[in-house]
Amino acid sequence: MSRDAIFEKIQEVLDDALGVDEDEVTPNASLTADLGAESIDFLDIVFRIEKTFDFKISQGELFPENLTDNPDWVADGKLTDAGLAMLKERMTHVDFASIEDGDRSISKIGDLITVNSLVNFVEIKLAG
Amino acid sequence: MRWLWIDCITEHEEGKRLVAIKNVSLAEDVLHDHVVQGKTIMPFSLMIEGMAQTAGILVGSTSRFKEKVILAKISKASLDFDVTAGETIRYDATIDRIDQAGASTSGTIDRRCASGEAWERVGRVELLFSHIDNNMAGTEFPAHNFVFSANFKMVLETAGLASLAEN
Repeated sequence: MSRDAIFEKIQEVLDDALGVDEDEVTPNASLTADLGAESIDFLDIVFRIEKTFDFKISQGELFPENLTDNPDWVADGKLTDAGLAMLKERMTHVDFASIEDGDRSISKIGDLITVNSLVNFVEIKLAG
Repeated sequence: MRWLWIDCITEHEEGKRLVAIKNVSLAEDVLHDHVVQGKTIMPFSLMIEGMAQTAGILVGSTSRFKEKVILAKISKASLDFDVTAGETIRYDATIDRIDQAGASTSGTIDRRCASGEAWERVGRVELLFSHIDNNMAGTEFPAHNFVFSANFKMVLETAGLASLAEN
C-alpha cells in the first residue's frame, strides 16, 4: 500500500475517532495539540487502525504508556536521557527531534504524536 | 444502588454478543419530564445508558467481572424514533475489539409496541470501554470492583448467568 493510500485511510480513522474534518488532518497535525485527542481517543484510534489495516497492535506499541512508572525514564515530570533513548528505540515512528534539547515535560510527549507518526507506524507494520 | 436501565438478559454468546430488554413504564418518574406531542418518551440518553449497561456486562463477562469496565466514549449514536410507555426496548450488543486496555462495541436498539410482535429499529450505538486498571496514564483505582455491584449480579442470576460472576 502506498504512503498516500495509508494517509487517506488514517484521515478516515481520525475523522471517525475524533470527529474532525479530513482537511484538518494534515501530515504535521498533532493528535492532542491540533486535533483535540484525549487519552481515551488513543485506544479508539488503536482499535480503528487495527480494523482498517488488519493487524494487531500491542499495548504501548503505538503510543507511549505508563512512562511515569519507571523513575529512570521520568524525573521531576520530565523525560530523562534514558527515557528518551528508550522511546526512540521503541517508537521509531515518532520524531523526537523537537524535544532533544527542548521542553521534555511529560505532558508534552503526547504532542509529538502526529498524523505522520501514524502513517509511519502503519508503513512499518505493513512492511513487517 | 446503581440505577439499572435493563430489566433482563435474553441472549448471551460468551465473548461475542449480549441481548437485553427494557420494559418502559409510566411508573418511572423520568418519563414524565420528557413529553413530545403529548406522549411521554424514553430519553435518548437513557437508551444509550441501557446499551452501555448491556455492552458493559458483555465486556465484563469476558474477564468474569474481574476487570473494572468503564464507559469511556460514545463513539457514535444514531437514534431515529421515540419509545414510549408500554413499549419494550431491545439492546443487542456485540464486541468488535477487545484487549487488555479496553473494548469497542457496536449495537442496535429496537422497539416493540405493546400490542405488536414485530421489532422496529430505533437506532445504532457504538461505544468504547476502558479497563481502567490498565489505563494509559497508569492511574490507580480502588481494588474492589465498584462497577459490577450486587444489582448487576442480580440481573445475571435472573438470566441464569450467575456462574459468569463467580471467581
